[in-house]
Amino acid sequence: MQKTMKNKISTMNKNTRKNLITYAIVIAAFAVMQTLISTGSVSSLLEGLMVPICIYVILAVSLNLVVGILGELSLGHAGFMCVGAFASAFFSKCMRDVITVDIVRFLLALLIGIAAAAVFGILIGIPVLRLKGDYLAIVTLAFGEIIKNLVNVLYIGKDANGFHFSTKDVMALDMEPDGTVIVNGPQGITGTPKDATFLIGFILILITLFIVLNLINSRDGRAIMSIRDNRIAAESIGINVTKYKLMAFTVSAALAGAAGVLYAHNLSTLTANTNNFGYNQSIMILVFVVLGGIGNIRGSIIAAVILTLLPELLRGLSDYRMLIYAIVLIVMMLFNWAPRAIEWREKYLRFGRKKKEAVQ
Amino acid sequence: MALLDVKNLGISFGGLRAVNAFDISIEKEELYGLIGPNGAGKTTVFNLLTGVYKPDSGKVLLDGQDITGKKTIDISKAGIARTFQNIRLFKKLSVLDNVKAGLHNRHPYSTLEGILRLPGYRRAEREMDEKAMDLLKVFDLENYAHVDAANLPYGQQRRLEIARALATEPKLLLLDEPAAGMNPNETGELMDMIRFVREEFHMTILLIEHDMKLVSGICERLTVLNFGETLSQGRTPDVLNDPQVITAYLGE
Repeated sequence: MQKTMKNKISTMNKNTRKNLITYAIVIAAFAVMQTLISTGSVSSLLEGLMVPICIYVILAVSLNLVVGILGELSLGHAGFMCVGAFASAFFSKCMRDVITVDIVRFLLALLIGIAAAAVFGILIGIPVLRLKGDYLAIVTLAFGEIIKNLVNVLYIGKDANGFHFSTKDVMALDMEPDGTVIVNGPQGITGTPKDATFLIGFILILITLFIVLNLINSRDGRAIMSIRDNRIAAESIGINVTKYKLMAFTVSAALAGAAGVLYAHNLSTLTANTNNFGYNQSIMILVFVVLGGIGNIRGSIIAAVILTLLPELLRGLSDYRMLIYAIVLIVMMLFNWAPRAIEWREKYLRFGRKKKEAVQ
Repeated sequence: MALLDVKNLGISFGGLRAVNAFDISIEKEELYGLIGPNGAGKTTVFNLLTGVYKPDSGKVLLDGQDITGKKTIDISKAGIARTFQNIRLFKKLSVLDNVKAGLHNRHPYSTLEGILRLPGYRRAEREMDEKAMDLLKVFDLENYAHVDAANLPYGQQRRLEIARALATEPKLLLLDEPAAGMNPNETGELMDMIRFVREEFHMTILLIEHDMKLVSGICERLTVLNFGETLSQGRTPDVLNDPQVITAYLGE
């Protein structure tokens, strides 16, 4: 019985096996944490970190689709997260009294957040994907900042006459006395229902993985990677470069939007500032991707989890916190990229994979 | 009617006339050579034929269909495939996936079918696997199927590039210096292989080459370019004995 199982696994496609291990790691991690939380052996601080971890895992996996699979450097990932967060929070706040079933409202908000981020992905992608390398990075960086600043001057209110918009202040909304302010400029959106849970985050991670891994291992994924490896050759065999670049960019933006929805529904007040939707955040996500290994989805997950947990777990060390964090970053980088470290890993930690076939 | 019919093709870069009044007519299943000194415009002709550059004059007919100035992907769909002077493989993809990328437009399925792993995905992928493995067998690459293309030895990389081009099921195959960097033994094998591809796939082949042994060995007709102009054109022995060609290119 065990042997036939083993045979079955060994005849399976190498990628399929790798992907199954990734799913298994995620599910196991969730099961362990859930058990610990339900037995009360986890501090409330750590428990509160579970949803943010899910958010960062989704962000890292989705950014890896652009950086690792498409091979383009995007520094505006937090911008798409911001779009998803505000679109969904706006919806949830408006519908709070209309749709009273939390899960239904959250699912609709999720769809709206994803759709809004995807639309922005397409809109930004069409002009931006004509650029390459550094130029693309700079323009996406600018996009992220523009979105953040736009949201900060946006005022939306609602009264009996419908919606009122302004980019000046609350008074300029010119509402009836019964009107309520929904988006209040730099104060953002307050009173978003706190619908996001660890379970929802976990399910969203699984869906993200399912979409990204299956996309990579399909005809479309092959087309996207062939563009990364050699655009001219990809064109010469009839691959539509613009279409597949846009596809990777949009899927990535949509998934970042989903992470934004999760973010917005984990807080009662949603504001757009430098720490959550600014370039710091975009760079942070890129750090997860780079340290986890560009193009390595499992690596992105692990890096996102470790680097989100670390600063919080080291809080007790106060002054030394960022020092240790920096050292961990450097060690992870060496472990992943230094030739000697790679050699050592191949030798001692083979993780069940065969040695690279030598070709001569 | 000829498979490829090119009339008066030309392009300028700035003030430089890179290719001027280029005519060529290639019959079905013919092996045709394009030769000339470095900088003569041979690769530019390939780039014009495959839509990398748009010609400023002339007409290109493939199998009676006008493909002048079309986009590269449309020309690929119309039936021209090529290899490159400096090998352009998808280095981080496996050898098998390189060929399957070539099959991209021959076995389509939707993105949704791919993500949800619907039956259309399984069927198309299975067909692609079979076809790609068949092609790899032809080129003696089946044992390398799961190796990254970057890890292949040089000669095999050249062969893989031809396999990938053939995967698009072209009518015309353009080979840009297929023997570059090969020793006489490897060149001999390559000549056999090119002949074999023509027989097996009933392929029409236009190739650029500097190796005169290969050119005189397998090409039935030749065109010689020099400074963008056609210097000589015709049956291989006649062209190689043309005094103008000897002075400009071959040497006394």
